[in-house]
Amino acid sequence: MYETLASVDWARLQFAVTALYHFLFVPLTLGLSFIVAIMETLYVRSGDEKWKRITRFWMTLFAINFAIGVATGIIMEFEFGTNWSNYSWFVGDIFGAPLAVEGILAFFMESTFFAVMFFGWDKVGKGFHLLSTWLVAVGSNLSALWILVANGWMQYPTGMAFNPDLFRYEMASFWDVVLSPVAVAKFLHTTGAGYVTSALFVMGISAWFLLKKRDVVLAKRSMVVAASFGLIVSLYVVLSGDESAHQVAQKQPAKLAAMEGIYEGEKRAGIVGFGLLRPDKQIGDKTSPFYLDITIPYALSLLGYHDINAFVPGIDDLVYGNAEKGIRPAQERLDSGKIAVGALADYKAARKSGDAATATAALDTFNAHVGDFGYGYLEKPEQIIPPVTPLFYSFHMMAGLGFWFLLLFTVTLYLLMVNDITRHTLWLRAALLSWPLGFVASELGWVVAEVGRQPWAVQDMLPVHIAMTDISGSSVMITVFAFAAIFTLLLIAEVRIMLKQIKIGIEGGH
Amino acid sequence: MPFWIKRVRQPEMFSRVWRFYRDGFAQMRLGRTLWKIVALKLAIIFVVIKLLLLPSPPDEANQQQQLQNVLLKQQ
Repeated sequence: MYETLASVDWARLQFAVTALYHFLFVPLTLGLSFIVAIMETLYVRSGDEKWKRITRFWMTLFAINFAIGVATGIIMEFEFGTNWSNYSWFVGDIFGAPLAVEGILAFFMESTFFAVMFFGWDKVGKGFHLLSTWLVAVGSNLSALWILVANGWMQYPTGMAFNPDLFRYEMASFWDVVLSPVAVAKFLHTTGAGYVTSALFVMGISAWFLLKKRDVVLAKRSMVVAASFGLIVSLYVVLSGDESAHQVAQKQPAKLAAMEGIYEGEKRAGIVGFGLLRPDKQIGDKTSPFYLDITIPYALSLLGYHDINAFVPGIDDLVYGNAEKGIRPAQERLDSGKIAVGALADYKAARKSGDAATATAALDTFNAHVGDFGYGYLEKPEQIIPPVTPLFYSFHMMAGLGFWFLLLFTVTLYLLMVNDITRHTLWLRAALLSWPLGFVASELGWVVAEVGRQPWAVQDMLPVHIAMTDISGSSVMITVFAFAAIFTLLLIAEVRIMLKQIKIGIEGGH
Repeated sequence: MPFWIKRVRQPEMFSRVWRFYRDGFAQMRLGRTLWKIVALKLAIIFVVIKLLLLPSPPDEANQQQQLQNVLLKQQ
């Protein structure tokens, strides 16, 4: 028997645990590599040995994170084969290509220059060493590009065609997949978040040195680089976040409605700056979704559609339809999807019996309804809406943290410029306590992206319960705990080694 | 060959690369611990997880058949 709910939930939990742990290592690799490259550039340009010691200290922390985090993503690729084999077959032709490119870039470009970066001090010229450091940073970020292209395609599938004989989607245009606006926005925003996380990490540890009055000059210099880099990339994250939200509004309106807790669509819609959701709110019940909310008027229409008068559809519009705005009821798409599924079955039977005329007619019917194909596997219209509560709070906490980081970088840079930051111990403590928040914000962003795509593995095409292998929930459950234990041990190892290295200090030698 | 590329004899180039890596590995301090962790982690991922914990994925023919069954039966 096909175990749907229990096993699919365990498989999702397993993937979520693996991805969330993996994503603790990734943002630091993405951003710290650039921060180290900037520091080394300052060393090469100035010839000041202090910058060399600073570079080597942060490069050591980068190496610890890289060594502990490397290959943790491979487990997710195993899971595609074991738990998500239907998905792998259905869309593997498209999804596999970016992952393969990522593998080649990650293992060849990064690892080649990584060796020069660590073994090459005093063995290669300063210029070549600096080039290697920059190429490690670029290589790490290019690896992320391909992963995010693959994920962007799951949010907005494009550049493919369905092969009814093989029951799979095949790539029709590589460039449509790579240059999809969702993939580009996702790449810019996710890597930007990694840069912010890394800037907070460097700033937080530098603040600790300043509070302890250790390596003061070197810590201050590190903080200047981190705060300047952090301020620039925070602004960049705000802009790329705006583009991401714009793409969500166009391509995934159910996700946007859930992120903002909008049930009834409206023109000139506002953004909820702060809101407390009513847990008893049901789709279509016409009660307010909030106990209380503070809304910024017109902002959602403006940011989502770049038009202050734009109509933003709510959950009720998307489920029950809104004829005036041209939104089809979800039930209509479910019915259309079932026609597509039936036509595919007829096509298969006609091909088997050699009835070419029936096969052609069935294929025509299928093609007429292929846009709703995935909806044929849903049972009720309300299923098209992702879970509102986790999405709403994750999104708002992520955005709130983003603005706190912007303030933190701005004020820290100001205090550094007037050269009295060591007297502001309260602010240094705030910087120290804020470094884990970058990781929290990155993880929340990932939750928004992935939970917001539910119930789909591939938006509008493949629901998660169809994407899963026919496998028992109990066997997946055991590995969930095993993976969680392994990742927790790795994380403990990373934190312990890093703390030991930080305590040695910037001047301590590496 | 462009003027800015220094001609290096092949045997010399290989021995320089060999010495580069040999000396680099020999001089590692923290790196030794990190390499031990990487080796242990890869052993866990590829032996314990891949071979013992995760069942083998279905082969291509079975994958197609399985998906076909799911797609056509779940309407």
